Amino acid sequence: MTGKERAQICLLRDGRLHLNDGPIDLIVDATGEAGEIGAAYAAAASRFVEILDELCSELPLLRAKAGTGSTMPAGPIARRMTKAVQPFAREVFITPMAAVAGSVAEEILSVMTYSAKLSRISVNNGGDIAIHLSHGQRYRIGIVSGLPDYFDSDSLSGSFDITSEDPSRGIATSGWKGRSFSLGIADAITVLARTAAMADAAATVIANAVDLPGNPAIVSVPACDLAPDSDLGHLLVTRHVGALSRDEISLALSKGSAVARDLHTRKLIDSAALSLQGVICTLQPENSRDWDASSTPVNPRQDREACHA
Amino acid sequence: MTGEILAPEDAIRCDACPVACFIKPGRAGACDRYGNKDGKLVRLDPHVILERSLAQGAEAVAFLGNAKDWDGTLVRGPEHFVTAIGAGTTYPDYKPAPFIVSSKFDGVDMVTVVTEGIFSYCGVKVKIDTDRYIGAERSLVRADGEAVGHVTTSEYGSQMLSLGGVHHLTGGSRKQGTATCETLLSLCNGKEVGLTVDDGASLLIAAGKPPAIDGNLEERMRVGCGSATIGIFARQWAGKVDEVVVVDDHITGVLSEHQAGKVLDTAPTGIKIAGRRSTAGRYFQVAEPGTSWGGTNITDPLSIIKGFNAKVAWPGLRLLMVSTTGEQFAYFELDEALHPVEKELPQSLRESVDRIRENCEPAMTSVLFMCGAGGSLRAGVTENPVRLTRSIKEKITRVTCGGAPAYIWPGGGITLMVDVTRMPANSFGYVPTPAIVAPIEFTLPVEAYRAMGGHMDCIRPLADVIADENQQKIAMRAENPWPLTTAGGKP
Repeated sequence: MTGKERAQICLLRDGRLHLNDGPIDLIVDATGEAGEIGAAYAAAASRFVEILDELCSELPLLRAKAGTGSTMPAGPIARRMTKAVQPFAREVFITPMAAVAGSVAEEILSVMTYSAKLSRISVNNGGDIAIHLSHGQRYRIGIVSGLPDYFDSDSLSGSFDITSEDPSRGIATSGWKGRSFSLGIADAITVLARTAAMADAAATVIANAVDLPGNPAIVSVPACDLAPDSDLGHLLVTRHVGALSRDEISLALSKGSAVARDLHTRKLIDSAALSLQGVICTLQPENSRDWDASSTPVNPRQDREACHA
Repeated sequence: MTGEILAPEDAIRCDACPVACFIKPGRAGACDRYGNKDGKLVRLDPHVILERSLAQGAEAVAFLGNAKDWDGTLVRGPEHFVTAIGAGTTYPDYKPAPFIVSSKFDGVDMVTVVTEGIFSYCGVKVKIDTDRYIGAERSLVRADGEAVGHVTTSEYGSQMLSLGGVHHLTGGSRKQGTATCETLLSLCNGKEVGLTVDDGASLLIAAGKPPAIDGNLEERMRVGCGSATIGIFARQWAGKVDEVVVVDDHITGVLSEHQAGKVLDTAPTGIKIAGRRSTAGRYFQVAEPGTSWGGTNITDPLSIIKGFNAKVAWPGLRLLMVSTTGEQFAYFELDEALHPVEKELPQSLRESVDRIRENCEPAMTSVLFMCGAGGSLRAGVTENPVRLTRSIKEKITRVTCGGAPAYIWPGGGITLMVDVTRMPANSFGYVPTPAIVAPIEFTLPVEAYRAMGGHMDCIRPLADVIADENQQKIAMRAENPWPLTTAGGKP
């Protein structure tokens, strides 16, 4: 069976497009003329059905530890994944899989922008989002900490706009509560970068850095015990984080924000927000737009402790 | 890492997609949709289970004294029917269906084979309750400019569309296939769809809702054709009016000439009507089809009256003109020159006009999904597919779609029709082939299943299936028969 028979493609009631194939689940939104949206959705769908088979054909290579001079895979998405993780390969353990979600989102975005003229597009791959903005357009991005049973505007712990003037076209979130395994204890790290693939890889790296090794509140197990074919092998992945003291939270976040600052200095990311047990720490270039992440805190008691790196 | 994975013994390998995850017991694969439950690969998506007592118990009254402690469930507990919605599909088809479920009903062991079928041979038949002209028979019906079907033979009080079908889905351009698939999916899932008919009207339709034709929301069906309306109301008009013309695009009726008028001794009036006389008091083609009086194009009713024979008519003659829906009406009396002069409708006639309107039922759009399930999906049910076909024809196997009863066409194959409004919300999906994904369930006695060469080793008890996680239990629709009752044949 190929992706063409397997994939589920649905137009949602609100006009967005839902694409699902195996573990890939995309929500695509487009703003523009109906005919252009139709053409872009058709292009997205016909490319989408090839993606999972294409990635799986090189899966062993994509699950292998990245080196600075890694063997380049053949597929365009696989190459994008490999390039996105290479800047981190010297310092930390990382595999191209760290950028799979963002790279897939970017691929769909690129076929849509190629095939139609639209003022806005967002391709959301489980929280890793590739966006297109024509001149004067913007997207409002909401951040949710934790996973509420019922979602409404009150569930947002922060929101911000990305405008066509901003450099960022990729947004990604990583954390131990998410779908992928994390080596760190951050609830959520949200990163803005030029591309979704880079945002995805960077969010993974920063999330892994938010850690308190040996802390008794943290339960972690070898990744392969949970998923025998995980690219993380025997590395310990976080399964539970008990209540931490304020000092512990600050210490863990400071490790993450140090990495985020470094990535920003190296021009790999544009900005980042780090969230751990109700404390949100944001890092952004000066003179940038507001992140109003602390205006609706997850835990009002800890509101005042929100730090700005 | 080399990609060589030494899987622990308790992990199973998922075959749902090429990622081919090794999944340990109690865990899900990378997709979070398939998991290992006690060593078995199971689908974790919400899978729709119908609960009978929710539908029926909801109307029951608490009888156990302390109503607060009673949740409305019948004492014997809810009965469940496993639908194919969210059940997943199998491809290639030789794999057994995703769910083959055994349960007991009235002491008989029943099996329900549940799968989501992928249908290229499928479409919808749409019945639009209106006499307004939507376009000539055989005219193309378009969505986004693409031909997605055609106008077919009209029915009593309704215009009919036939949309979809394999030629529109896969026989034309990619764009046509996509437009057809989207149209079918939207109509089947109860969404509103805009269509245009070549040299005809623009339509805005949704299953179970009144249609809008050229922007006019249709409210009522006509009570009958003009002749039928005369037949129904002749006695109620006797003595209150001298002549009644019921204007209708198909047959316009004239009381004094009509058999019903004759029987009631209505005097001739000498009225001369436009159009072609069919039989006494019945006229074809009094005007062009349109969206005004009785589905014609006339806005002035007198435009179909060519005059009165002076030898027969008389000054003061009372004339009622009314459309077959009662929405348009006018009352005239002849002056000395035998010209009709409009007057206020007398109260005694208003009642009959109101009654015509009352007898016009609410106009609806009905959508029947039609597909051929006689192909390879049968292999998921039995090793010998024709036996499933025969068993359905013999009414031993009952066919439902999301729990809604399906009508099976006589003749070869399994060609079915189902009213989409009787199915749970959003029962349909699609694959990019393009083809429609629809739920289909086959229910039959277990012995009959064994006899047809069913996949007996894949049967799971109902209790086991409903214990699966990630299910959505919804109430059975009260108007649907409980799918587990035997279809009338002997076990």
